[in-house]
Amino acid sequence: MANEKTLVSARAAPNHSVGPVAWLRGNLFNGPISSVFTLLAIWALIAGLTPVFEWAFINADWLGETREACDSGGACWVFINARFEQFIYGFYPDELHWRVNLTFALLAGLLAWLAIPRLPAKRWAAVLTLIVFPVVAFVLLHGGIFGLQLVPTYKWGGLMLTLVLAVVGIVGALPIGIMLALGRRSKMPIIKSVCVIFIEFWRGVPLITVLFMASVMLPLFVPTEVNLDKLVRALIGITLFQSAYIAEVVRGGLQAIPRGQSEAAAALGLGYWKRTGLIVLPQALKMMIPGIVNTFIALFKDTSLVLIIGLFDLLAIVQASLADPDWLGYAIEGYVFAALVFWIFCFSMSRYSQHLERKLHTGH
Amino acid sequence: MSTQQAKLDDGAPMIEMRGVNKWYGDFHVLRDIDFTVKKGERIVICGPSGSGKSTLIRCINHLEEHQQGEIVVGGTPLTQDIKRIEQIRRRVGMVFQHFNLFPHLTVLENCSLALVWVQKRPRREAEATAMKYLERVRIADQAKKYPGQLSGGQQQRVAIARSLCMHPEVMLFDEPTSALDPEMIKEVLDVMIELAEEGMTMLCVTHEMGFAKTVADRVIFMDQGQIIEENAPEPFFNNPQSERTQLFLSQILGH
Repeated sequence: MANEKTLVSARAAPNHSVGPVAWLRGNLFNGPISSVFTLLAIWALIAGLTPVFEWAFINADWLGETREACDSGGACWVFINARFEQFIYGFYPDELHWRVNLTFALLAGLLAWLAIPRLPAKRWAAVLTLIVFPVVAFVLLHGGIFGLQLVPTYKWGGLMLTLVLAVVGIVGALPIGIMLALGRRSKMPIIKSVCVIFIEFWRGVPLITVLFMASVMLPLFVPTEVNLDKLVRALIGITLFQSAYIAEVVRGGLQAIPRGQSEAAAALGLGYWKRTGLIVLPQALKMMIPGIVNTFIALFKDTSLVLIIGLFDLLAIVQASLADPDWLGYAIEGYVFAALVFWIFCFSMSRYSQHLERKLHTGH
Repeated sequence: MSTQQAKLDDGAPMIEMRGVNKWYGDFHVLRDIDFTVKKGERIVICGPSGSGKSTLIRCINHLEEHQQGEIVVGGTPLTQDIKRIEQIRRRVGMVFQHFNLFPHLTVLENCSLALVWVQKRPRREAEATAMKYLERVRIADQAKKYPGQLSGGQQQRVAIARSLCMHPEVMLFDEPTSALDPEMIKEVLDVMIELAEEGMTMLCVTHEMGFAKTVADRVIFMDQGQIIEENAPEPFFNNPQSERTQLFLSQILGH
């Protein structure tokens, strides 16, 4: 039959994987103008990066105890070396550094347990991380019981303080934010308005104001016997402030889940909390990963604002060291170091969130 | 026919609606609905879009709230009481137009979820029950996949199995084949026909008139929120009483 077509068998797709030379020609040297711009860009990169590289590595001084060791004209990493302990631990007593190390080693271990898929008993890991660990961490860091020497919070500082602020802020703000988001979507008018007012209040004031209020104003209003630790006040301020942001991210995620999901769960006889916890939130949280991690990263960096209420986080302690007469003039090294540490933590969070997104993708 | 008739008469009322009215804002979507579904009856509801047929069956398990009238499901009156609503939902299965499977859970987890969390069965037992019903809808080999990896027809069969796992006394179908590609409609209808033949009480909103002719005990025609006509399929299709029913049937059967 003339009209009858034979089935065409599948053929391989045209080959797009070309060699590096063809790629260069296609993308960077595609005509004279393109070639000129490519060469200009390469020249600018070399011209710009070479001095930085020379400063940071080739002409840099790494070893030594005092500023006399810095005579090569490049970066003086000796400064970082000499002050490293202080940058990490603040004014935490030297002989007790092991307690800080142990605390963060425990945290790292627990996070690894939670994050590495092959390790079993995730439920126990979660219980240990969220319930047991905070108590252990408080006892270890603060001391004062079980024969551990008391280390008051004004001695805490540096990276250790930054991590305490960030971890408590993240762990505290997420559940509060989720509850606020659910409350804002509630049909019950009182719950809804309380959540709306809370969210809009905290989102409407700058974090600096919150910290100032917590540190300066709050003591004026509470009786003098109630002496809430300055760090605790800052932690409460940061947590409540960030929970309002998390709440709006979560609400966005909740709104993206089709109503049919909740209806199907309801039709099976699942109550509100089970519908929310088993069906709606797991899907919504997955979509919210970029937004939540974005908030966490902002929170991590915002912790450096506590310097205005006299807490010495990593950035504040680096800044304080710059004023040391022995080390005047090494501000760039100090700030580069602080930036690098912040970047490592924030970038790790970002990478982990991308990994999570890929892992949780189930093809819908 | 005679055995069917006998069963009809013996059946206790499964769903009773008396004077049910509902408004969306000012729009009167359900108007003075009165009808009864007996145990073991298969009922098909049809009508033009916007006639309130989906709203009607969604009122039965309180996905929509009716403002006036009385709905009694299996002897339990439907009230505002959330405990009672959940009790009724456990006895009423529902299948949706867009399947509404839970995309973050596997097929097996979709089916065993409510058994574990509502009926408090051990996980192993729940999964065995889920597998039984997945086999019944001929999709057990896909149990470990996620809904996003299945075709529409397969997803809808999983949705039916998910409902059946809860041992419902009545099944509500809300246009179960409307979102499917034509070649997948049959596999879903076959499962529904089997279910009907096993004596399940069924309430189907559908435009599949072939299905209505094959299994329905009664066909209900709705328009503008009212039940216009209600009859056995044979007289309903061959001798429709109202003008609107005639017009509707000529439009959907005419092509």
